[in-house]
Amino acid sequence: MAATEEIRLSSDALLKANKPKRPANMGQFLRWGLLFLGGIVMIMPIVYMISTSLKWPHEVYNLKLIPDEPHLENYTFVLEDGRFYWWFVNSIIIALITTLCNVIFDSLVGYTLCKFRFPGRYIVFIAILSTLMIPTEMLVIPWYLMSQQFGWLDTYWGIMFPGLMTAFGTFLMKQFFETVPDDFIEAARIDGLNELQIWWTVAMPLVKPALAALAIFVFLGNWTAFIWPLIVTNSVEMYTLPVGLSSFGDEADVAWELIMTGAAISTIPTLIVFLIFQRFIIRGVVMAGLKG
Amino acid sequence: MKLYRNLTIKQKQIVWAWGFLAIPVLFYTVIRFYPTGNAILISFQDWNLLGERTWTGLENYQKLFADPTFWKVFKNTFVYLLIGTPVSLVISFFVAYHLDKTRFMHGFLRMLYFLPFMTSAVAMAWVWRWFYQPVPIGLFNNFLSTFGIPQINFLNSTTNALPSVLAPAIWAGLGFQIIIFMAGLRAIPQSYYEAARIDGVSPWTVLWEITIPLLKPTIVFIVVFSSIGFLRIFDHVFNMTTGNPGGPLNSTKPLVLMIYETAFSSFDMGYAAAQTVVLFLVLLVVSLMQLLILRDR
Repeated sequence: MAATEEIRLSSDALLKANKPKRPANMGQFLRWGLLFLGGIVMIMPIVYMISTSLKWPHEVYNLKLIPDEPHLENYTFVLEDGRFYWWFVNSIIIALITTLCNVIFDSLVGYTLCKFRFPGRYIVFIAILSTLMIPTEMLVIPWYLMSQQFGWLDTYWGIMFPGLMTAFGTFLMKQFFETVPDDFIEAARIDGLNELQIWWTVAMPLVKPALAALAIFVFLGNWTAFIWPLIVTNSVEMYTLPVGLSSFGDEADVAWELIMTGAAISTIPTLIVFLIFQRFIIRGVVMAGLKG
Repeated sequence: MKLYRNLTIKQKQIVWAWGFLAIPVLFYTVIRFYPTGNAILISFQDWNLLGERTWTGLENYQKLFADPTFWKVFKNTFVYLLIGTPVSLVISFFVAYHLDKTRFMHGFLRMLYFLPFMTSAVAMAWVWRWFYQPVPIGLFNNFLSTFGIPQINFLNSTTNALPSVLAPAIWAGLGFQIIIFMAGLRAIPQSYYEAARIDGVSPWTVLWEITIPLLKPTIVFIVVFSSIGFLRIFDHVFNMTTGNPGGPLNSTKPLVLMIYETAFSSFDMGYAAAQTVVLFLVLLVVSLMQLLILRDR
């Protein structure tokens, strides 16, 4: 006894002696400085985009970060043109509906696969899992043919239908429903709630953080989606922001400050969302990365 | 209703479960599985959208493997992968490793690195495209010229164009990888580090003998995730080289851009479908490699 006690004490002493000294030494300072510099470099493209969108044409090409006389004329000009206004509205509508659909269906499927025992459960699980392997690019041609056949080209439905449910979201939600105790569900059943009510009023409120993470990812994914909206839309009024911005930039005579304004219009909303829900989003990235 | 009431609890559960799954199962069948089969089917056909669909067997694949453009594009796609993945892995690990040890304004620094992840690829492609323009337009060349350094031709050169397109793609993904790395670093039990400290091991050895081996699952995840991303690169390339899609002499063209052009500019659906099948197989191999590496842990 005494011997082990002695070893414990001496190892404690060793630990103390070896503890690194805390003062803000040179190394720590240098580390912080370099990280800070790197971080500034990281946000430079975003900063220059916003700064240029506030400049007059004659000062666009100088390196100054703060415009001599910042103004919002570029924004009024671009929005009054009408196109960016439509594209913005299209993007918002599509991203919101798709997000809502994913939140409802992915969690419903995740919940069913997690909490119900029924024949065919394993097959459905494997089938949905296997769709994670199929790249979107492989499906765009059949989707296009399908849209052509059913007249979905150039409609909201045509842009939205491929993303209404995702396997990724289903598995994220399934993982989180594992944390809901079966006793809660059993108790609700005894109280006479039907299965739909149990899912909506008992299980869903318990996985709110996961729902929020899912919603943010789906929204961001649809807000920035490019290849499918590019394929399925062909009239200017139906473009989403990324497709519109791409075509806007291609017009040879368009000035860079106006392109930067367009880019800012499509970037600022997500940046604001990030700044408000920062902690939430970072936690969501970790959850999605490690569990999804 | 009477029928339902006569069911046992277990049978009722089965009815509910399939009721919940009815719409999703329909969705996955019609929007995921049927198109997958259809894509494979079309890859064995000759079809230009207007005319008849005719069976051609393996002709599309033979044509593809004999097509020098395809091999050029295939090579480009792997250059994106082979430069993009290691570079972003090293940078994001380096940043995460040091950011993890920093307490002062930690959240602020993390925000700076994460912000680019929240941007849209198309918007940022245009910002970078502006940066790359020659004097007097582009920011980079203007910057160089203030120091009297000769201009660099970024996007119109066969050698520089690909790295120039790759840079914003790497930049946009770093924030995500840094966050994942930091979560991985946090998950390593402190006791390992304490044991190493008692043994007086140098920080460098701790890094190589403790941190990196224990981070293996995180590293594999990031490698596969970013590899798949680089193999599917499209938005940046399409938007930074429009007017001349794929860069000078196809020097930046990746597989997905080739698919897009074959299908929606030349309307050669069969040939494009064969290309998508090749992309699918490449991605499948990369994902299976992840499973193999993780298993021998």
